[in-house]
Amino acid sequence: MRADQLLERKAVISGIGQSAVGRRLNRSDLDLTVEAALVAIADAGLTRDDIDGLSTYPGMGMGPGGFAGPAGPDVQDALRLKLNWHDGGGEGPGQIRAVMAACLAVAAGLARHVLVYRTVTESTAQGKGGRQALGGMGGMTGSGGGPPRMMGFMQWTIPFGAVSATNWLAQVARRRMYEFGLTREQLAQIALNGRRNAMLNPIAIFREPLTMEDYLAARMISTPLCLYDCDIPCDGSTAVIVSHVDYAPDAPRSVAHVNAIGTAIRGRPSWDQFDDMTTMAARDAAASMWKRTELTPADVDVAELYDGFSILTMTWLEELGFCGKGESGPFVEGGERIALGGELPLNTSGGQLSAGRLHGFGFLHEACLQLRGEGGARQVAGNPEVAVVANGGGPIAGTMLLTRGPA
Amino acid sequence: MTASGPPFRLLPRVDDSNRFYWTSGADGHLRFQRCGDCRHYVHPPAPRCPYCLADALAPEAVSGRGVVHSYTVNMQQWFPDAEPYIIGLVTIAEQDDVRLTTNIIDTEADDMAIGMEVEVDFVEAEDVWLPVFRPVAGAAVTNAAAS
Ligand SMILES: [Zn+2]
Repeated sequence: MRADQLLERKAVISGIGQSAVGRRLNRSDLDLTVEAALVAIADAGLTRDDIDGLSTYPGMGMGPGGFAGPAGPDVQDALRLKLNWHDGGGEGPGQIRAVMAACLAVAAGLARHVLVYRTVTESTAQGKGGRQALGGMGGMTGSGGGPPRMMGFMQWTIPFGAVSATNWLAQVARRRMYEFGLTREQLAQIALNGRRNAMLNPIAIFREPLTMEDYLAARMISTPLCLYDCDIPCDGSTAVIVSHVDYAPDAPRSVAHVNAIGTAIRGRPSWDQFDDMTTMAARDAAASMWKRTELTPADVDVAELYDGFSILTMTWLEELGFCGKGESGPFVEGGERIALGGELPLNTSGGQLSAGRLHGFGFLHEACLQLRGEGGARQVAGNPEVAVVANGGGPIAGTMLLTRGPA
Repeated sequence: MTASGPPFRLLPRVDDSNRFYWTSGADGHLRFQRCGDCRHYVHPPAPRCPYCLADALAPEAVSGRGVVHSYTVNMQQWFPDAEPYIIGLVTIAEQDDVRLTTNIIDTEADDMAIGMEVEVDFVEAEDVWLPVFRPVAGAAVTNAAAS
């Protein structure tokens, strides 16, 4: 593919912003979103009058309480934006699909500066309604006061008590143990690495040391996944400004160039019918991204790989080509290789396992910080030039390759 | 003791597309749509055959045998007072790309293994029959790497 056909290279991330992030902040999702948006707009050297595009994942009431974030029209109205292009929704290549759509919109000339946000208030929602699990993907219908009946994908799992992605991905972990000999001690490295990095991140939710002994003694959620294999719900909003690359010279901060995006899903789009459980859609998204770039896995300086569950990060390590299929266990063994000073610094903010479940966009924010050299105590040494961001798990997957300079 | 499933089962909503499946256990048989042209089994139910696109699907009984492709023991209290129960992913004997998320019953968590041969039974609840699986007595654990 010729470089001039790679429309995502017409886009840069010119600004980033985050709201307060924490547990049970008891603030509305719209309030948090406006806070993050104003930070990102100012960071890009813009005012709200410059913002002519808006995009989010998912918005408009999808999923259980605190999951969706505010609908696009509510954010537009709160900031009185005048939009040339707008978009939102929960379908597509992972949470980061909202950023991909914005890249294509600026490349097509539909907008020049797009505000993209992802907001969660799952911690506050849990405080009000107890632990959320059932119907996380929608698919419930009431029946005159009786218990809800399951429809869509939920009908195939929830009647059997497979009510959470934890249950579905626990079976991925078990299958990986069977096929590749993955051990709990190896899987633990994703959680331990995240916690080490979170201890250097002042806004991380969990900053106390976590040891292998703690991990191995933790209670099981769904075998073989324990408490520390599951990310931690939080409240917070992340916003980025996607601008046309022409704006890069005028941006006050170093922009992140979008080098390639990975969007494919070629297997069946299902948590239990996908042809290869050990890869699922990460395989296709990663492969499609590498087809759109001259860069290779060896060029990547920082990896921000989705860890809604630790097992997903293991999958991404393999499918993105940092190690061979089935070799992620030995790859992370001991933890040195993926540590801040290692050959592939991984999930440098602490990831969702320790810093909080900002649902994909936290990784994008962190990748931009690292490329700017603004990682503070957790900054990767040597002026990283290439970062990869992966979002999603199971049949949901999207990837983005970012660079400090233009391609 | 490992429970045979969650203490409370939320049930599927029955409609014209899935009624044959969720009521199939009434006579003790598991059924899937099967294509009259290319003979593939199809799951979940589809409007026409997704393999060959023929408009030739009809429910057909299968053996009820399968192999455990993966499993997990749920320990989290999604439901109050839940004992640990086994969620399994079973590949049906007839076709290796048809899998069911289900419960594995009549076994202890410690005895579970990928590759275990299982056979169907049904949990009747209101207007549906939920297919669950138990180990086949005396059957060996097969190498399920390709299943
Ligand atoms: Zn057919």
